[in-house]
This record gives sequence, C-alpha cells and structure tokens, in this order.
Amino acid sequence: MRAENAASVVDGNAAAGMLWDVFGADVTALIGVCGGCGDASHLAEAVVEIDESAAIVRCRACTHTLFTVLRDGDGVRLVIGVLHEVVRP
Amino acid sequence: MTVGGWRSARVVEAEQATPSARILRLQVPGWPGNDAGQHVDVRLTAEDGYQAVRSYSLGSYGTAETVELAVDEVPDGEVSPYLVRDVLPGDELEVKGPLGGYFVWRPGGQARVQLIAGGSGIVPLMAIVRAVTDAGAAASVRLLYSVRSPEDAIYREELERLTGSGGAELTWRYTREAPEGWTGPVGRLDEHGLEAAAWSPDSEPITYVCGPTGFVEHVADALVGLGHSPARVKTERFGGA
Repeated sequence: MRAENAASVVDGNAAAGMLWDVFGADVTALIGVCGGCGDASHLAEAVVEIDESAAIVRCRACTHTLFTVLRDGDGVRLVIGVLHEVVRP
Repeated sequence: MTVGGWRSARVVEAEQATPSARILRLQVPGWPGNDAGQHVDVRLTAEDGYQAVRSYSLGSYGTAETVELAVDEVPDGEVSPYLVRDVLPGDELEVKGPLGGYFVWRPGGQARVQLIAGGSGIVPLMAIVRAVTDAGAAASVRLLYSVRSPEDAIYREELERLTGSGGAELTWRYTREAPEGWTGPVGRLDEHGLEAAAWSPDSEPITYVCGPTGFVEHVADALVGLGHSPARVKTERFGGA
C-alpha cells in the first residue's frame, strides 16, 4: 500500500505491480543479494521509493540502490544498480 | 476487459468502516482469485486522462469475482479521499492483480502464525484470519491489532466474532484511547506487549507484520530483540513516517 506523497517510502511489496510489468510474474518473493554489502533479503523487504513514474529499490541493510524501475510511456524499464544475484529460495 | 494487465472493476458496495475508512467491494469480471495477503494496484483515470495508481491490500481471498478493499483516508491524498468519500456503487475503476507472492498465507503449513497489525495494516491480515478460519487452522493463529482508539478499528465486529470460541486469539492494543473498562496498557506497542500477546520465539511462529513504515520497523526490531528469527518475520509497510 502506498501513501500519497509525491514519492513515498514503502517496501518491495508495493513494487510488485511495476515488477510484474517487467517480468510477467511476481518476483517479490525472490531473494536479492546486494553487491554493496552482501545482504540477502526478499525483494519484498527492500526499501522502495515509488511514484507514478519510477520505483527506486534499495538494500534495507546498506541503502545502496539495487535497481530502479522506470515507466517509459506504455513501456517499463529496469535499470540494474548494485543487485548482484537473484535467488529463488 | 483486460488491457495491459488492468481489469475493469465496478464498485458494488461501499460501507463506512471507521470515521476515516471505507470498505469497498468490487466486482471484477474474470478475476482469477487471490491468496490471503495479496494486494491490487488500483488505477483511477480523470476526465482529462490523468491517471493515478495506488496499491491496496485485499481483505478478501479465494476465487469469488467480488473482491474487498478497505481504504483509510490519507489527508491531502490524491486517491484515497475519492475512494473513502466519493466513490459510489456503480462507479468503475481498474485493478491489476492479484499482486505479491511474499506477504501471503496459504493453507497446509504446520507452523503457528502470529499476525500483528497497525491501523489499516489489518486489511491483508483480515484476509488471513478469514482464510485460517475457513481452513480450520485458527487455533494456531494469534492476532495483535494496534489502533489509536476503538472507533479506529476496521473490521472490529467481524474480528470479535471470528476470534470467539475456538477461533484465532485476538489482542487489542490501544495507543491513545481505550474503551471504557479497559484494564490493559494504553500506548505504543512495546516488547512487553509483544511478549504478553504473541507466540513466544521458541514456538517458532511465522509472523506477519503490516502497518505504517514506522510501526512495522519498530515491531520487527522488537520481535528480533525478543529472539524471533528475522527469517520468520514477514513485513509489509505502507507510507508514512
């Protein structure tokens, strides 16, 4: 659920819809390994700043940006940051 | 009709739940069903084409084509005041989902389940309470529900009914104002409150915490401080401090 600030700080659960647009599946239950600090957490647990055009997904442990999802007209684009590995537990 | 994952939805019922929240029931033709704990993205389109999207948890689960949201008004919000004050049965909006594969409960597990809600964070946990009740698994479930005052509790009546004899165990936490005759503590949920009401760490429950970001962080940290494994604490945060 998202509060209604211009960009609100939520978690990876709220990015499930945008990520669905990229992958065609739910990926929030996958584990993302941060290349910055090595933390391994479910993507649902990541810190997410979200607004109408983008979701910035950060490592909850070290705050580095794992990746960013951008709305681009009707399309959507995922820009990889320090995300190092994705693991299906 | 489904376009780019968006489905048409028609409001069929709107029920005032608290002074600031409404329960909306939406009919979604072709809805594929959802697990307890999942959410939808809701899209509103203004006459000039401007669109706004927000995520809302579902209080319902299962395969019915009517799904339920409970929306708490965010002051100065762009979407929630419309959903809480203005939308009427017959109005159309769009939903995408079901979304989320992490903060969900599915039948079949043996573990004890601890649910901890702050404010409108009760919504996905309501779906779980309904699901565990229907699955005959309610005896292994406890719910701790933190609200400012009794009148702020969404689903109060249904929760009192479902958590009666043989159902899940319900503990209220009032942070500002308790009902008359209340003898329990009043104030922010702390480690003592968690110890008194929640399954102990050695019973290895799976814990679901949902609420505003500050509430969830505080509770999750306290649970880990009490000895709960972080891997068994699932969290869902919505905006706010």
